[in-house]
Amino acid sequence: MSDPRGHADAAYLLDTSGPAAPPRDNGELVFGAPWESKAFGLALALTDAGLIDWEDFRQALIGEIGAWEAAHPTGAGWSYYDCWLRSLERVANAKGLVETGAVAARAAQLAALPPGHDHDAHDGHGGHDGHTHPS
Amino acid sequence: MTTAADHIDPAVRAEALASLLIERGLVDEAVMDNFIKTYEQSVGPMNGAKVVARAWTDPEYRGRLLADGTAAIAELGFKGPQGEHIVVLENTPDTHHVVVCTLCSCYPWPVLGLPPSWYKDPSYRSRIVREPRAVLAEFGLELGEDVAIRVFDSSSEVRYMVLPRRPAGTEGLSEEELAALVTRDAMVGVAEVAAP
Repeated sequence: MSDPRGHADAAYLLDTSGPAAPPRDNGELVFGAPWESKAFGLALALTDAGLIDWEDFRQALIGEIGAWEAAHPTGAGWSYYDCWLRSLERVANAKGLVETGAVAARAAQLAALPPGHDHDAHDGHGGHDGHTHPS
Repeated sequence: MTTAADHIDPAVRAEALASLLIERGLVDEAVMDNFIKTYEQSVGPMNGAKVVARAWTDPEYRGRLLADGTAAIAELGFKGPQGEHIVVLENTPDTHHVVVCTLCSCYPWPVLGLPPSWYKDPSYRSRIVREPRAVLAEFGLELGEDVAIRVFDSSSEVRYMVLPRRPAGTEGLSEEELAALVTRDAMVGVAEVAAP
């Protein structure tokens, strides 16, 4: 999008005009979907455990974002946390924690589960489509 | 560099990665959930607002904050990831500061929480450097031509936070009342603090 204020939703307007409040109180969601919070939490937990190095992750993220931007000059379809997740998969693979093939196999397995099974796959298709976290 | 996993919905890929890491004992689910909860509910711009209000009311604190942001912010109890090297940029009548991370999304988490979507957007990250005055105007911040705009790009180490100008007419307000006026956008530099 060309306009940084292109988030003309009530939450965004409320947040810019109101006082600095806790994220959940000022109407702004920190994460657009449960899988985004999961990707975030995994990166912090792995860093906290010393299993990945934050700077390695940051460099991978810079690479993913740069590659995405080069491939999508109009910016359509942007998902920050998709880049984040790809970076995390890359670093986890490089550190020998989880092989890319194992993630793909598990994902295919999860995707084949019948509808109604309790996993996050039913949320977050396309991200910002009104899903909220259970509170 | 395309793999089979690239074509799977990110929600499923995230679940797959999480389940494998947890099964292998590499990630403790409780630790992961606690990080998520912390940044959803506890850490946010209200921290930075307290820092700003303290700096407005205590000149000695303001001096320490500008000299060593990380240490002065830690005095108020705010520390943690992405807060190891915080530099505070003071706005003046002549100079306005605005912060970006052009390469990714570096942001001072302990004082501002996680960044809003527009801060991570490719458009903001490229345009604020090229045409800051125009982008700020789109945020509703019209600065006079006599005000210099300085754009600071966060790096691998340094995270910037803006110390906005205290609005006129707030002399009688308490520190708590002042903190309630301070917005996240003012601490990133895309807004000023409005008088009550």
